[in-house]
Amino acid sequence: MSSTLKDSRLLENYILTIADNSLILAQRLGELCGHGPNLETDIALTNISLDLLGQTRSYYQYAAKLAGDGKTEDDIAFLRIEREYKNCLLVEQPNTHFGYVIGRQFLFDVYHFMLLEKLQNSEDETLAAIAKKSIKEVSYHKRFSGDWIKRLGDGTEESNQKMQEAINDLWRFTDELFYMTDAENAMVEEGIGIDISAFKESYYSQVSEILKEATLAVPENKYFNKGGKEGVHTEHMGYILADLQYMQRTYPNMQW
Amino acid sequence: MTLTETNIEKHLIPVLKTVSDPEIPVLTVLDLGVIREAVEKDNIVKIKLTPTYSGCPAMDVIADDLTAAFAKIGKKVSVELVLSPAWSTDWISEEGLQKMEEYGIARPLSETHDKDVLLGEKKLVKCPQCASTNTHLVSQFGSTACKALFKCDDCHEPFDYFKCLK
Repeated sequence: MSSTLKDSRLLENYILTIADNSLILAQRLGELCGHGPNLETDIALTNISLDLLGQTRSYYQYAAKLAGDGKTEDDIAFLRIEREYKNCLLVEQPNTHFGYVIGRQFLFDVYHFMLLEKLQNSEDETLAAIAKKSIKEVSYHKRFSGDWIKRLGDGTEESNQKMQEAINDLWRFTDELFYMTDAENAMVEEGIGIDISAFKESYYSQVSEILKEATLAVPENKYFNKGGKEGVHTEHMGYILADLQYMQRTYPNMQW
Repeated sequence: MTLTETNIEKHLIPVLKTVSDPEIPVLTVLDLGVIREAVEKDNIVKIKLTPTYSGCPAMDVIADDLTAAFAKIGKKVSVELVLSPAWSTDWISEEGLQKMEEYGIARPLSETHDKDVLLGEKKLVKCPQCASTNTHLVSQFGSTACKALFKCDDCHEPFDYFKCLK
């Protein structure tokens, strides 16, 4: 394999580690369409889903162009096998109850915003452009989920307890956000990728601050789950893909 | 205000003015500032279009509408979607902002004021029906990605607010 070809594979992989998070979270939020706790929240969650899906398309179009094998964004979205999806475990966790939806969103948004803030200065022009576009949208997402964390945490006894339950359960997936894959390490060396492990401390301090403001306890886990970024997912992933891929698998090449 | 250069050939403007945003039909694509370039070469009009929001479903419709509008005068169109520089609400023309208000959508405030109103800290959004600023936020996300939902506490009408994007 020539070195440029190897580099472009690594870049492709790197793009997928970022984009797959957005796709899978968008899919999870999409499940709530028509099922939100009230009309405004329903619209908000699906708006966020739509933003994430739009961002995913930009990344996948770029990855497809790099691959140069005639495949399109649709092939990348719909026709990979589970092990080929590089999203972190956090985003694939189910919508158990509204506390989980908000907890997952909040824990991801804080990370997502930090990533995009740095990615805007990537030496890769396309990635920098996508990041500059996306960060404006993600700042709204972060505000929305942060607000809800405070509203539920500092709400009624029941809302506090449910929000705490969700944060406790989801906390074990946060460490993986800062796990660096080979593709990420290689891209950091090229000045294209972001060394996300460097802002782990700042992430936890930002998250903790908001949790405290929401009168929620910051979990003190000793054990964390990871694997998604290497393609090893939780049991939920298969169900998500079954839903996501059904149409393309059943009616190959179908178009809307 | 961030002004970014656009390159639109004058003779194409009358046709571009006939294409409007499918979600806010009073605004043309020129009012909205999403056309970054329009140049004609060998009877093909090359247009660079930038999305307001990444997932905005109106983009595909706008691209189709542009093709249809130029087809009427026998010209072909090639549309390219560009992301950089990222669209900003500053690019909406003053005429566009006025039309938007008449249509019933409150215009975007400055970045800091936008944050204040979306956090519910200040009352600054003017009701497009009765011009009162005694309004409150109902939802940070509205009927489309670019809008938030507000309600006027004087005339009690709900209305959309076009969120500031910078």
